[in-house]
Parts: sequence; C-alpha cells; structure tokens
Amino acid sequence: MEIILDVTDLHIEFHDHESPEVAVEDFDLMLGKSEIVGIVGESGSGKSMSALAIAGLLNRKSLTKSGRIMFDGHDLLTCDRKVLRSYQGDEISIIFQEPMTSLNPVKRIGWQVEEPLYIHHPEVTKAERKQRAIEMLRAVGLDNAEDVYFMYPHELSGGMRQRVMIAAAMIGNPKILIADEPTTALDVTVQAQIVELLKKLNKEMGTSIIFISHDLSLVNQICQRVIVMQKGNIVESGRTVDVFSRPRDPYTKKLIAAIPKIDLSEDR
Amino acid sequence: MSKARQDLKRNIKENPYLLSGAIITGIMVLVIIIGIFWTPYDPTAMNSADKLQGMSLRHPMGTDNMGRDVLSRVMYGSRITLLIAIGTVAIGSVVGTIIGALTGYFGGMFDEVTMRIIDALFAFPSILLALVIVSVFGTGWIQLLISLGIAFVPSYARIVRGEVLRCRNMDYVENARLQGVSNLRMIFVHILPNIKGVMASSIMIGFNNAVLAEAGLSYLGVGSQPPYASLGKMLSDAQQYMFTTPSYVLCPGIVIVLMVLGFAFLGEGISRWK
Amino acid sequence: MKYIIKKLGMMIVTLLVVSICVFLAFNVIPGDPALRMLGTEASPELVEQTRQQMGLNDPLLVRYGRWFIAFIQGDFGTSYNYKVPVKGMVISKIPITLTMAVIAFLLTVLISIPLGIFTAKHENGVLDRIIIVFNQIIMAIPPFFSGILITFIFGMIFRLFTPGGFVSYTANFGKFLQYLFFPSLAIALPKIAMTVKMLRGSLIDEAGKDYARTAYSRGNKTDGVLYRHVLKNAMIPVITFLGMALADMVAGSIVIEQVFSIPGISRILLTSISNRDYPVVEAIIMGIAIIVLLVNFLVDVIYRIVDPRIGMEDE
Repeated sequence: MEIILDVTDLHIEFHDHESPEVAVEDFDLMLGKSEIVGIVGESGSGKSMSALAIAGLLNRKSLTKSGRIMFDGHDLLTCDRKVLRSYQGDEISIIFQEPMTSLNPVKRIGWQVEEPLYIHHPEVTKAERKQRAIEMLRAVGLDNAEDVYFMYPHELSGGMRQRVMIAAAMIGNPKILIADEPTTALDVTVQAQIVELLKKLNKEMGTSIIFISHDLSLVNQICQRVIVMQKGNIVESGRTVDVFSRPRDPYTKKLIAAIPKIDLSEDR
Repeated sequence: MSKARQDLKRNIKENPYLLSGAIITGIMVLVIIIGIFWTPYDPTAMNSADKLQGMSLRHPMGTDNMGRDVLSRVMYGSRITLLIAIGTVAIGSVVGTIIGALTGYFGGMFDEVTMRIIDALFAFPSILLALVIVSVFGTGWIQLLISLGIAFVPSYARIVRGEVLRCRNMDYVENARLQGVSNLRMIFVHILPNIKGVMASSIMIGFNNAVLAEAGLSYLGVGSQPPYASLGKMLSDAQQYMFTTPSYVLCPGIVIVLMVLGFAFLGEGISRWK
Repeated sequence: MKYIIKKLGMMIVTLLVVSICVFLAFNVIPGDPALRMLGTEASPELVEQTRQQMGLNDPLLVRYGRWFIAFIQGDFGTSYNYKVPVKGMVISKIPITLTMAVIAFLLTVLISIPLGIFTAKHENGVLDRIIIVFNQIIMAIPPFFSGILITFIFGMIFRLFTPGGFVSYTANFGKFLQYLFFPSLAIALPKIAMTVKMLRGSLIDEAGKDYARTAYSRGNKTDGVLYRHVLKNAMIPVITFLGMALADMVAGSIVIEQVFSIPGISRILLTSISNRDYPVVEAIIMGIAIIVLLVNFLVDVIYRIVDPRIGMEDE
C-alpha cells in the first residue's frame, strides 16, 4: 500500500501556564492511500491536537511542536507557510465537531463550499465552480442542492450543516480528510448517516480518512486501523479487528467494555 | 490572608487599568476633599491687579479674566462636577435598576409598555433629553442634576433588564421559586446580587459619561450659575483667552480629562476583574 | 419585507411616544402661553380671547392631536418671542447641523475602520498598545474642549481656518465645507476612538471563533480570513454603534456649534430655552428625534442586509 502521510515522533507542548503541559508525546501515524484510520481516546487525550497539527492549524505562539509530518515530500511542521497553505483545503481537508459554529454565519452555503476551489484553482470559472459545488452538495446527500446553494447556515439542521462541511472539504478532491469528532454533536440517527457518507466518499473518491472519535463503536464500523490514545500517548494501535477482539492495554479494554451492548435475546 | 485580599492583589498586579484608574481618581477625590476645607484663595475673590496671569508660584494655575485664582476655582468647580456626577449616577442607577428589574422579572404587557417608553427616551441623545428637562425646570445645578439623572435612567434600565432576563431562567432561581420565595425577595436577594459585576463597571462608565455630559451642559450655560462655576462653565468663559492665557483654558480642561480618564480606567479595570 | 414593515411600525410607535412625551413636557409647565405672547400688561379680556384663538381651553388630548397633525403637515407653530412661524426660523439652519453630523460620521467611518483593522491585526504590538492608550485619552476629552484645542492649533497657529469666520452654504459652499471640517473633527474624535476600540475587540473575538479556523483550514491567508470571513461578522455590533453615534453627533453638534460660533440649530435652541420660547424648542427636539429614529430604522435595514440571521422568525 502506498503511504501518503507519515507522522513520526510528534510532540506538542503548551506554555500557557508556568510549567509546560505536554499535549501529545511520541505520536506516530502512517496513513495509506484510501485507508481509514481511527484515533480514539477520551477528551484531553491529545487526539484532536494531533489532528489539528496535521491540518496545519496549530499556530499559537504559546506552543511548541517537534517531530515530522511528511506529506508529498514536505514536512508540514517546518515547511514554508506558503507550501502548507497550498495543501490546506485542497490536498488535506478537515471537518470539525461543531457544524453549528464551523460555518460562517453571514455567507451563503454555495460561497463557502466553493471557497477551496476559489483559493486553489483560480482557473476554474465562476459558472463551473457553481456547477461543481451543486454536484458536491448532491453527492453529500443534500437533494435540494440548488436551493441549499443559496441558503445561509442557520437555515440548515446540524446534520445538513455537517454535510455542507464535508462538501466543502471534498470539493478539491483531497488526498486526506481529517474528521475531528464529526458526529459528536449530532443526533444518533444522523450520526449513522454521516458515517455512511464518509464511507461512501472514501470508496468513490479514494480519499484517505483520519477519523477521530471517542466512540469506539463508530470507529469499529468505519476504520480499518485504530490508534488508542490516553493522556497524550499512544497506548495501543493495530488493525481494528485485532484491537477489538484481543485488546492488550488495560485502558483499551476499559473502553471496549464501556460500549453499550444490545442484547436481543432478552425480552423487554 | 483572605481570598478577597489575594484577588485584589493579583488584579492590581495584572490589571494596569485598575491601578491607574484608582490612582487618578484617588488624587482627584483627595484634592476635592481638601478643597472643601481649604483653597489657596477664595474662589470668588476678584483682583483687578492680577488679571489673566500665567502659571506662577503664587497662582499655580494662573488667574482668570477677573483676577480670580484658577486653582481655587478648579478645586471648587470639580467638586460641583463630581457632586453632579454622583447624583446623576445615583438617580440613574437606582431608578434604572428598579425599572429594569421589575420589567425584566415580570415581563408581559407592563414590560412591553415600559420598554417602549424607555426606547423612546433612549432614542434621545442624553444631552438633548437633559436640555428638554432643563428648559422645563429652569437652569441651575440642581435642575441639571435631576435632568441628567433622568436622562441616565434608560441605559441602566436596559442593562439591568437584560441581566435579569438572563438570570430569571437559571437553575438557582427556579430552585428558589420552588421553595416559595416571594417575587420581591427573588429580585432583590437572589437575582440582583448576581449582576453586581456588570453593575459596578456600568456605574463607573456612568460616572465617566456623567462628567462629560455635565461639562458639556454647563459649557452651554445651563448648569451652576456665576460666580460659582463648574469646570465646563469655566472653559466657556476661558475660551476667548486661549491665545493670551493658555493656562486659563488648559487647566480646567485637563482636570476634566483626568477626571473622566480616572473613571474610564476604573470601569475598564473592573470589567476585566478576574 | 415583513421585518422591515415591523421595524417601520415600531419606529412610528416610538415616534408617537416621543411626541406625547415632548408635548406633555411643554404643556404641564406652569405659565400661560397666551400671557407669554402678549406680555404681562395685557388685559384679562385680551388674554382670554387669545387663549380661545390658540385653542388653549380645549382638552389636552384635543390639543395634542391638533399639534401632532399640524406637525406632520409641516406646521411647527408660531414662536412666542418673534411671532413668526417656527418653520421659517429653523429650516435654513438644518443643513448646517446635518452637514456637520455627516462630515463627522464620514470621518469616523473612514478613520476608525482601517485603524480598528490595523490594531486587531497587530494585537499587542507596539503600535497597537500606543493606539489603545491614545484612544483612552481621546475618549476622555469632551468634544468642546477638543474643539477649543482644534481652534487654537488649526485656527490660530496653522491658520487653516478663521475662527468665528463661518461662511453660509448659500454664500460659498466650498468655504462652508472647509469651515465645518474642523468642528466636525471635534465631534468625530471621541467616536473614532470608541469605534476603533469596539472594532478591534469585535475582530479579535470573531477571529477566535470556529468558522475562522475553518477558513484557515481551506488555505486562506491571514488577510483572506480577515477580509473574506471575519470582517463582516465583526462589523455587526459596530454598525449598531455607528448608528447610535450618528444620532449622538446630531445632538453633539449643539455644543460644538457654540465652540465654533456657528449660527446653526444650536443657537436658536439655546436662546429659545432661555427665553422659554416653547414652540421653537418643541419643533427642534421633535426634528432631532425624527432624525434619530430614521437613523435607527436605517441601521435596522442595514443590519438585515449584513446579518441573514436577523428577522428570520418574521418571514
């Protein structure tokens, strides 16, 4: 399998308080083409920090990063901002936990979905951008795409907004999509639809996905491989099937045991 | 050491606005208090031999066009300005708080009607509202105080109403209600103490605005009447001597600026209190 | 559309409330207007006859109705002191006061928005800190004092205008504007400082929100995030403030006209107040209130255009 992203020894430290706080330590990740890798852990485990670092979104002054994030022959941690920007939104996209606030409230949906094309592919004409945006909106399951194109975020439900976020993330046909707890803020039924959508896009467009979640059962549904994190460290990683059937780390065992099981044999 | 003292210490260290505001306001208040008991000269004593003097040891802020000592007049004038500001804020905040708390708490038709009137008053720039009231009641510093007080009611009513609306549906209020606490007790014991932070900083900003408004109105001549003058009136008298005796204009002006600045910094400091 | 009609309705209701307040304020004052017009030596019969003519014996509500209807038809009553229609006294002064307010408003917008953006972009930089301190001081200077200082600096030292040498807009429009620039600057200064402070805070707030992070994740440059995403959101509270500031500027011009001895609305208002010439005061106050309410209405409309979330529940 062709490796498209190689993260080694990623180390992130905050300096907000008097003693530095380690958010991520010795994080390694290899992502293959068209692969879906899950990162699980509770809040504060460093999973989102690692994702933001890969997406190039950790730029606070009170923070140090070391290690390497190799993509397309560049180290995203040390490369020129210009190079990093040329990947962001085009080759590497990210969607967030809060679809309610992650879209700009005063811009039309169409404008926001088209934006990556506008930034990275100025050669695409306006009419073509619109056409592709509507196609993309349809591909993420918004049937009335022509109407949605002219709507504002507050006119859509949470699930629809997350679909819009996905459409904007996928319009440039990226190599990597980082999904940072994409379903946490959504209803359970909508969660399943979003996971199905991500699976479908992965299959049809060949995009690799880093799927971050605290919900092991979701990870089990979608990911080929999984990384379990606790307090900034990787405690276990491997093929999802293996980790689920033979967890080695006690923390992983606890997480698995915590998944609610539906016992169909019991009468209610 | 108590937690309150630790809080104060940390805030003073990390919050330069609070410290500089307290220092400036402290000095101003000190000078005003001294002025009650002692001024270098009688603020109304004229001296035709000493007209329009610049700054000197004998007259640190110079003299005015009638030979009166500007420092003494500034000490007296800032007392009037401060008193009017205190009165204005007291009337505005007390009446405004009562109106805002009642309308916010009870809501309904009463709220609708009261807020329409408050909005109508709010649409008026406060200086204009004060001018209307002064033209009804006549000129003088007490009239000015009442006018400005009324003009300041709408803004406090709005702030308090908003805060009460926010608190009204919080869990602790619901709890108190379930325990059968009476409405008035609910407002004054359970809700109002929770908005003291917001009130403290809006009262400081109120002082700041009141000093500015008072200065503007007494500049127009509707405040305290001669021979006593508040700072604004002094400036309007002094204006024509700007070229010949700059100190006569600059001193009262700078004192107004310092007074406003002190309150502004205190307000800023309190709103940043952590 | 429904939203705009609703706001228009609210404006009319507020206007009615204002007019009732103004009317009541000037009709509960002790003193007989007929006596004021005729002077104290007039015979009681003549006073009574005048009272009849002026309709002062009618019930309050009837008098209010008559006054309000006349007012919206452009009849502002007759001055007690000069015995001439108020309209003629006031109307030629309005352009002076309004021009000043408009210049002050333009100065505020043109200076404060770029400055606000600059300070937010260089948050905690040296220039930012200097501007913040400077801002605080400017906000503490009453406009009439800065007016006096401007007169001294630009009028007497640099001789860019002649203090007291106001030129009417009918005589020489260019000279008129040139003279009004300086009083307008005095009115604008504190508003500029407040707007810079507000826009800076609002921009920094908005830049920390989730959608700004999304914008970065799409490969936007910092300027792209700022101008394409954050600015419009950050302007929403600033627009409200600017609307209120414009209303304040109209009122603030009363003081500034005195400083620069401009024969505008303010002079008539102040003399009318001290002469208790109430029809004139009523007309001017109502006039300013109408301007203020119109500005507020305009702000609501602009709001609706900038922020699509506003007024949704109405449509």
